[in-house]
Amino acid sequence: MGYPHPIHPRETPVLSTHFGETAARTYAGWVERGGYIALRRALTMLPDDIVNEVKASGLRGRGGAGFATGMKWSFMPKDDGKPHYLCCNADESEPGTFKDREIMRWTPHALIEGCAIAQLAMRAETCYIYIRGEFTEPYRIMEMAVAEAYAAGVLGPNAMGSGKRIDVVLHRGAGAYICGEETALMNSIEGRRGNPRIKPPFPAVAGLFGKPTTINNVETLAAVPAIINRGAEWYSTLCLGNPKSTGTKLISVCGHVQRPGVYEITLGFPMKDLIYDLCGGMRPGRTLKAVIPGGSSVPIMTPEEVEDCVTDYEGIVAKGSMLGSGGMIVMDDSTDLVYQIMRLARFYAHESCAQCTNCREGTAWTTRILERILAREAKPSDLDLLLELSDQMTGRTICVLSDSCAAPVVSGIKKFRADFDAYLGAAPAVAMAGV
Amino acid sequence: MTASHAAAYEPVFTGSVLAKLEALYPRYPDKRSLLLPTLWLVQEARGWIPEDAVREVAEKLDLTAAYVRGVVTFYTMYHTHPVGRHFIQVCTTSPCGMCGSEEVARALVEHTGCGDLGATSPDGRFTVIEVECLGACGFVTPILIDEDFIESVTPETVPAILARYS
Repeated sequence: MGYPHPIHPRETPVLSTHFGETAARTYAGWVERGGYIALRRALTMLPDDIVNEVKASGLRGRGGAGFATGMKWSFMPKDDGKPHYLCCNADESEPGTFKDREIMRWTPHALIEGCAIAQLAMRAETCYIYIRGEFTEPYRIMEMAVAEAYAAGVLGPNAMGSGKRIDVVLHRGAGAYICGEETALMNSIEGRRGNPRIKPPFPAVAGLFGKPTTINNVETLAAVPAIINRGAEWYSTLCLGNPKSTGTKLISVCGHVQRPGVYEITLGFPMKDLIYDLCGGMRPGRTLKAVIPGGSSVPIMTPEEVEDCVTDYEGIVAKGSMLGSGGMIVMDDSTDLVYQIMRLARFYAHESCAQCTNCREGTAWTTRILERILAREAKPSDLDLLLELSDQMTGRTICVLSDSCAAPVVSGIKKFRADFDAYLGAAPAVAMAGV
Repeated sequence: MTASHAAAYEPVFTGSVLAKLEALYPRYPDKRSLLLPTLWLVQEARGWIPEDAVREVAEKLDLTAAYVRGVVTFYTMYHTHPVGRHFIQVCTTSPCGMCGSEEVARALVEHTGCGDLGATSPDGRFTVIEVECLGACGFVTPILIDEDFIESVTPETVPAILARYS
């Protein structure tokens, strides 16, 4: 369903089938809808068989990086005698992204079941679900669902009578975008400032509390029960031509479309149809100016690039951007792109953890130069300065927050140069038209 | 933070709040990991994180006050000073900003009497702040009043929403 709109015939509802059904939130309601059958099955499987099933499905990380999930799980050591941990990343904070929120609000048990199956696969007795502090309602709903799952014996020391322990703990964040970075997230659970850690060591070797850990996004884990229920082969055939991008993806669409919302598509879906058909296109009298397809950290796309773009991991890369989190920001011709890029830079400057110089200084100076451009106090050479600064911010820091700040700046200047020039030249107001 | 404050200090962790803290212990393998949930308990009880509470938390979790302070100041949702009875957060990051959230922010400042973003109204009822992405970009404008997440707010609906908070 294109929540909050009725389901669109061209969607492929797997995760979103029960969005909007209040009854699906309860344990009884979830069981009625086929819930926890996959977990019961997983409890009879060998951990490696679960990993292999997920590998064969082709499922890739839905949080942004798109790494193969089964492969990631297989990095966890075996028979090392140490406790293992799973962290579920529910710190959804990437501007434009609001899909994990709907999973937690409508199908909390799908997430719990996915976590439990992943825990069995990786021999992790404890899973921490890290929910951003602002998600008050999803937290309350998850809290009730976890309590119900314990009361029903699905979770606890003897999960579903199997003799195996499966614990799920909710951990509330307190306002920090950077805690969605997996190593910062672990630090935050450990009661530290959310500074990303240097890798290696990778989390599968030394992660949470120094123990082998895997971090997966909400949407990734919520897809696991369906894979166990219906099989890897079924999931891998949910594909529109590119075997490297299988399954369904929730795309949260916001900005200047008629029907913003969360849509579930089979990977490979035409981006143009997503915007014009599913979301109803632009507002009356407006035309498309730009799209940021995967959350604010990815390069901006032009209408020409959107035209024949295929919405999957490789398809969007071929058009110079990334699928990222699937948070799509659509902008029409009323948009002052320079102002919006400045707002995004300000976001990254605000959220920088400040431990790396290039990020701390780079995000702040990027914002200041963009503000100077908007105030019509900049020189044409300031655009070169921004590009040079962005280069200094890319690939030079512990995490990619700094790179994320540079992405919309560089793509903005390269693809929408006229918008910047309008602020630099003598003739004012062209870029402000319609704002 | 002041001497007079310290003299009047009543510990946060007694009775039911202490019980809530103790219930958290089995969830983590060490005490330091309790820091974020413990600070939430302080803020729930006091409305902000006073300096005396920082010292109390440090003692409870075997940490130094400086360490606790470092963590408190990292996370934007912990208040290091008192705020209005109702704390309003309005998102103005790009996706919301380009769909009109800055007008909602202005309406909130006006109707609460706060005068400016970040300020508290003279009657102590409201504090309004501008925040970065609340993660509800399709439902512009999302705002958070205390623990209530409210979607699709417009400048016109602001007065009726505020009337629900005394």
